Amino acid sequence: MSVSPLEYLDSAGPRAHAIVPLTWFTLIVSLSVCVVISVLLWIAASRTRKGDDPGAMRTIPIERGGNGIRWITVGLMISAVPLAVTLVWTMVTLAAVASPPANPGLVLDVTGHQFWWEVKYNGQSPDQEFITANEIHIPVNVPVLVRLHGGDVIHSFWVPQLTGKTDTIPGQTNVSWMQADKPGRYLGQCTEFCGWQHAHMQFEVVAQPQADFEAWRSAQLQPAPAPKTPEQQHGMAYVEYRCGLCHQVRGTAAGAVSAPDLTHLMSRRMIAAGTLPNDHASLAGWIQAPQSFKPGNQMPTQYLTGLQLSDTLAYLETLK
Amino acid sequence: MSEVAVAEPKNLPVGPVDGNGIGLWGVGTLIVTEAALFAYLLFSYFYTGATAPVGWLLDPAPDLTLALPAIVLLLVSSVVAWIAERGIINGRPAQALAGFAVAFVMGVGFLCLQWLDWRSKGFGIGSSSYGSLYFVTTGFDVAHVIAGLAVLAALFLWTALGYFSPRRRVAVAAGILYWHFAVVVCLFVFATFYVTPYLGFGR
Amino acid sequence: MRQLDFRTPRIGIDSVEHEAKLLRLWETSPGLKGFLTSVDHKEIGIRYIITAFVFLALGGIEALVMRLQLAGPNLSLLTPEQYNQLFSTHGMTMIFLYAAPILSGFSNYLWPLVLGSRDMAFPRLNALSYWIYLAAGLFLYAGFLTGNGPNDGWFNYVPYALRDYNPGMNQDFYALGMVLLGISTTVGAANFIVTAFKTRAPGMSINRMPILVWGTLTASIANILVVPAVSLAFLLLWMDRQFGTHFFDPAGGGQPLLWQHLFWIFGHPWVYAIVLPAMGMVSDGLPVFCRRPLVGYSLVAVSTVATMIFGFGVWVHHMFATGLPGLGLSFFSAASIAITIPSAVAVFAWLSTVWLGRPVRTTAFLFFASMIVLFVIGGVSGFMTASVPVDWQLTDTYFVVAHIHYVLIGINVFPVVGAMYFWFPKMTGRLLDERLGRWNFWTMFVGFNVAFLPMHITGLLGMPRRVYTYNDYGGWAALNMLTSIGSFIFALGVLLFFINVVKSLKSGARAGKNPWDAPTLEWATSSPPPPYNFAVIPTVGSRHPLWEDRLGEEGIVSSTDRGMLLDQGKETIGTTALDAEPEMIMEMAEDSFAPLSLAAGLSVLFVGLLVRNWMVVGAGAAVVFISLVMWMWPRRDLREREAAHV
Repeated sequence: MSVSPLEYLDSAGPRAHAIVPLTWFTLIVSLSVCVVISVLLWIAASRTRKGDDPGAMRTIPIERGGNGIRWITVGLMISAVPLAVTLVWTMVTLAAVASPPANPGLVLDVTGHQFWWEVKYNGQSPDQEFITANEIHIPVNVPVLVRLHGGDVIHSFWVPQLTGKTDTIPGQTNVSWMQADKPGRYLGQCTEFCGWQHAHMQFEVVAQPQADFEAWRSAQLQPAPAPKTPEQQHGMAYVEYRCGLCHQVRGTAAGAVSAPDLTHLMSRRMIAAGTLPNDHASLAGWIQAPQSFKPGNQMPTQYLTGLQLSDTLAYLETLK
Repeated sequence: MSEVAVAEPKNLPVGPVDGNGIGLWGVGTLIVTEAALFAYLLFSYFYTGATAPVGWLLDPAPDLTLALPAIVLLLVSSVVAWIAERGIINGRPAQALAGFAVAFVMGVGFLCLQWLDWRSKGFGIGSSSYGSLYFVTTGFDVAHVIAGLAVLAALFLWTALGYFSPRRRVAVAAGILYWHFAVVVCLFVFATFYVTPYLGFGR
Repeated sequence: MRQLDFRTPRIGIDSVEHEAKLLRLWETSPGLKGFLTSVDHKEIGIRYIITAFVFLALGGIEALVMRLQLAGPNLSLLTPEQYNQLFSTHGMTMIFLYAAPILSGFSNYLWPLVLGSRDMAFPRLNALSYWIYLAAGLFLYAGFLTGNGPNDGWFNYVPYALRDYNPGMNQDFYALGMVLLGISTTVGAANFIVTAFKTRAPGMSINRMPILVWGTLTASIANILVVPAVSLAFLLLWMDRQFGTHFFDPAGGGQPLLWQHLFWIFGHPWVYAIVLPAMGMVSDGLPVFCRRPLVGYSLVAVSTVATMIFGFGVWVHHMFATGLPGLGLSFFSAASIAITIPSAVAVFAWLSTVWLGRPVRTTAFLFFASMIVLFVIGGVSGFMTASVPVDWQLTDTYFVVAHIHYVLIGINVFPVVGAMYFWFPKMTGRLLDERLGRWNFWTMFVGFNVAFLPMHITGLLGMPRRVYTYNDYGGWAALNMLTSIGSFIFALGVLLFFINVVKSLKSGARAGKNPWDAPTLEWATSSPPPPYNFAVIPTVGSRHPLWEDRLGEEGIVSSTDRGMLLDQGKETIGTTALDAEPEMIMEMAEDSFAPLSLAAGLSVLFVGLLVRNWMVVGAGAAVVFISLVMWMWPRRDLREREAAHV
């Protein structure tokens, strides 16, 4: 059985590591308590003598005996120990991981939308900034500050292997942070009910060695390449005047920002916020009939002819 | 040695007597729950204001020309209501009738002043969260005073019909308690919306 | 004859003439008129119980449909909108229309009987709280059945609940229905508070009341204080949606988190309100089947109150991921960890009662005892999520779904079913079938654990909650299938329970006054009790009046066969708050149409608000006003006014 990619006990970064031992401690305490109480109850209830029907009731004398209060006081004293330990451990862990790092190596602005994630990479100047969607690349071993913004309703940003949940709430900016120990792809999921497609609002955090990250970042800064073939030119026209009503492709006339930025669409592994793989067939199906894969999402059915669709795809597949 | 002790009380009051009765407890719980309602309304105001950006307070220096006389009128009406209740307690229904009537008129006066104050505001219920909170909170306040007026009218009618005496008057005790509650609530609302801005809240 | 202002009540013993007289004074009118105007707490209690069980069944069916959709990955039995309405309606139904009303039903039925009284303090208010509950339930389900059910969870966060994102009528049904239901809860709570303090049998000092009374009393005081928070929240939501106010929308300066604070300031005490009375029923019932008094009565009573007091101070633990400052998080985390302590008191008290007693494993015992284990499992998952960093990983996953079901089903449903096995003979004069009862218990117990125990793992493996479908990550599919199977087994167990009830009503073994040889006052009267409960008012000398001869303890002994007759009208005794010394003779209200008409008027008013038809609102308001005037008009027979000037 494969490991669940959303299992936080399989932690991959310091902010997540800190929570794992505390989890195991409280889990073991919890299991022990359940076992002990169950065993005691089983033994206590098994010591029946006179039968289990109502008739047996009157045959048993009523007696108040034994030091029951001692059960309560001893039980409380024993319980207090793991409670106190958990309390202290919680405060220590909270102090260690709650606050964002003083010197983050990267600062991201993430906005939650119905039903996708907008990610903005900042830089020293506007030409060093870019926006992407649903796939977040970070360099390994660098603390990353994530500023969380509410785009419409409340969503929650969660990458179990790297960091716990923090909500995106309209009207305020929340802050989270994460850091990956090793390269890899880490799955993220929206975890605050946000409407019809809350179930399909995932994202990926891709941790890369610094050099690879820089290469990725430079590539993302580039505008879209010019189309070469006639199909690609037709496709670009459709993208500019249809898709551009909601999407942005830098370097073209498609400049709306209410849907994911498509400038480097093909650099991403998944589409529709983790709903479908980014391959030719899925992309075609998605563009033509998004409501059939993700009913209730914001992208309307397109009603393209076969030729329009293949031209659009031809252009989109140049957006690497 | 255990003995059976049967309760054998002597000379118990039958029904509510001297203003004590189960009905008073009932109105008491109503007052507690309504007071909680206002606590949550005021919490909403303070929470929204504390987390709002500068300029949230649409009325940083609220005009007290109408509001202050209104709340004073209400406070005096509480005294008048108390006097009316004393009238029932001491067997002087004329005093009670006069008191209920005067308190009623003062309550109406409060409503008129509050209405004029509402009309003088430069913002509406849909202007912003401040506007919404102001009008809904003072609106609830007004609703409770209107309910109090209905209570005073009923007490007036029932006194005129000769229903109450120093012995049998739990409805009066309960009704006047409610009136005092309505007045106190208005006082808190007044303090929140008309006084705390001067103390710096919400700027 | 002139009515006396003061009277020394006659003391005597029961007789046939006396019972006949009381019967004439107390029995409900026959037929439809009696049904609509009854103020008998036993009739009202049974109506609450039946209605609540109907909602339990509806909520259960909603859950089963959801579990069919979730039995495998990427199924499409339901559309996302259908699923969202189902999970929201399931939560609303169970938490508001089943969990609290069922306990109100038991408390309504039992309180005057266990307190040695003839009725609740406010009989008409009692009837009103039921009629409004029924009306609100119908109102809310009218939404669901027309495809306008709540669709934003039972917790209904904004901004998703606002008009921009939720343009249909779903939220309007939910908001107005909840405000209406809140009125029922509030008046019911007021009734319980005054009854507990003013109408106990003489001698039943506050430390002799059954723990059920402590539980419901604590819950009622809490409800009086916190129900306005949620009613206000829903009202403000409705206003944002319908009148363009800006309480919650950030664009207008509103605060989305204000909703969460108001909701959870109510919501957290509410979840204690829906378990503390049930815990009280266990505290009263379990010792009977262990043939000994409860261990640590005083500690259990104090822990009941302490749990609720703590319960006011933990609401933010539902909001740990909202970006609140660290100091606040620490405080609420600490309080949430500490609240385990009073709960632990109850667990050890019950456990030691079984250990030090001589258990008789009737079906009632099985439900009461198993509750201890389910309570602990639910409690420890709560303890885990009380720690903020752990909660940051576990909140909004199936781990929390496991927690809430262990605490709600474990601490409400299992005790309730046990309470039915225990008190059904008192209510009907017949015993529930014990053999079927065992099948009932084991099916429910096994099914419940097969369904919900794996959910802890599902949550640890990261499956989020409130999702209509999922991918098969690392075992999710197998775990979900197991849960779905378990849920059907559990449902079968609940069905067996309903079958047992229906069957035993007709052909159950006859029960006398006290089939369990139990100690408290309700077992001193016939099964079912007469309308007036007690022919003579009992005097109470201890917590266990009917066991005093066996326990052989020093002190005054209770009296159930000689006492005040109180037969000069529809009368019961009013007593002081702490020591229950008699202080007045209370004249109780007769059957009345006013509660029904008031509830009907309110329903019309709320329907008018829903459709924004002000004529209808006005009509409803008029009926409300007239009903109130009828109700409040001072009456001679209740001694609210003088006859004429004397």
